[in-house]
Amino acid sequence: MIDTSFLASSLATLVKGIPLTVQLSMISVSVGAILAFGLALMRVSGNAALDLSARAYIFVYRGTPLLVQIYIIYYGLSQFPALRHSFAWPYLREAYWCAVIALALNTAAYSAEIIRGGILSVNAGQVEAARACGMSQALMFRRIVLPQALRHMLPAYGNEVILMIKSTALASTITLMDVTGIAAKLVSESYRPIEVFTMAGAIYLLLTFIASHGFSLFEHAVTPDRRQPAPHRPAEPPETLQHG
Amino acid sequence: MHPEREAKLHDYVQLMGFAPGGWGRDMLAATGLTVAIAACGFLTSVLLGALGAAALLSHLSILRAAGRLYTTVLRGIPDLLVIYLFYFGSSQLLALLSGGSGGFVGAPSFLTGVLAIGVVAGAYQAQIFRGAVQALSRGEIEAARAYGMSPVTLFRRIVLPQAVRHAIPGSGNIWQLVLKESALISVIGLVELMRQAQIGAGSTRQPFSFFLTAAALYLVITFLSGIAFRSLEARATRGIRKAV
Repeated sequence: MIDTSFLASSLATLVKGIPLTVQLSMISVSVGAILAFGLALMRVSGNAALDLSARAYIFVYRGTPLLVQIYIIYYGLSQFPALRHSFAWPYLREAYWCAVIALALNTAAYSAEIIRGGILSVNAGQVEAARACGMSQALMFRRIVLPQALRHMLPAYGNEVILMIKSTALASTITLMDVTGIAAKLVSESYRPIEVFTMAGAIYLLLTFIASHGFSLFEHAVTPDRRQPAPHRPAEPPETLQHG
Repeated sequence: MHPEREAKLHDYVQLMGFAPGGWGRDMLAATGLTVAIAACGFLTSVLLGALGAAALLSHLSILRAAGRLYTTVLRGIPDLLVIYLFYFGSSQLLALLSGGSGGFVGAPSFLTGVLAIGVVAGAYQAQIFRGAVQALSRGEIEAARAYGMSPVTLFRRIVLPQAVRHAIPGSGNIWQLVLKESALISVIGLVELMRQAQIGAGSTRQPFSFFLTAAALYLVITFLSGIAFRSLEARATRGIRKAV
């Protein structure tokens, strides 16, 4: 009933898409994190104009489907002759760079709110204490706010990274041959969708499992304060009180 | 306004207008279909989420394991892959059932699309419902038991009204997710908003105008439904004292 040799051969083909899927995830998550950090700073800056523009960006990017964002960049930008003749066109013509740009801009909007939440979760008393010690704004941010904000935002940020790994599958709609792209091609050749897409799903499951496990290990490593202290074991059993 | 810009704006209004030759009517009809897909997908996700949460909270370990398997797998693989699997997989099954010689039997794209996004969103919904039930105070359930309420009455009078209240914010996020995911159904050829924009972009060679219009329409729906969910939440919690 189950054709194991077909499963093995399609798995071997699908595995070739993993580097592209991982690469797309890593580059867009890294670039997105930098952008998100900037957006989060704009949100908490206290400057109304900066706050409002970051808010507008986040509202638009979180309110529209990623597929539309990818299509606007990949197909939409070609509508402008000025852009087609600019220095950026060699990059914007490539599906790979369009996918990276679209994914990075998208994750930046979601991550910015996660980072902002982390920054706001830092205890106000600590910020006041740092100010009272005479720390400059930058020093306080680097020594007091940032280390704690990073720890607070880790669980939510881990979820966002996993969502991004899954979102890279959309890059296959603009001709990229990532795991999903290869799977779609294999299906059109073999016409055995159930087997091929199930194998592709298993690969993504493995990737997201590794990512979520990595994040929980990292979280454990940077939060020694949250761990249970090692149980105190006295060398000898304590003496019991004798009554009467 | 600069005359050239004015001419461009005029062209755009003509393109998306309701006069003959304008695409306004098609785009609005497609928007209606998008909302219909999202609504059906959301209802499916509520049903599956309730079943999933019941499994996760069950006393039987096999049901708990099944619930965990469902939520882990469906949250770990890309939605696009699930849509492909449902659409092409059910075509494969239909072809087998019809005993055909391998000819393509198209599965109904509305039904498979709604089921695919409903099944994915149901996995998220199950975890939200589980959390909502677990947030109930133990004492209230014990008190209801002490009054001699049957499990059905207890669920209907004590658990459900409070769990619904706890689940509204999370379910609001799922609604937004389902709405944005409905764009992915365009890959299986259903003419919802995204696909309609592709058709318009292809036949007029103005991709940016069409995808930007689609993005704006999605933004309008997410914005309005965000308001609706916030007022629903305000109504559901009108008797609750707020700490902050």
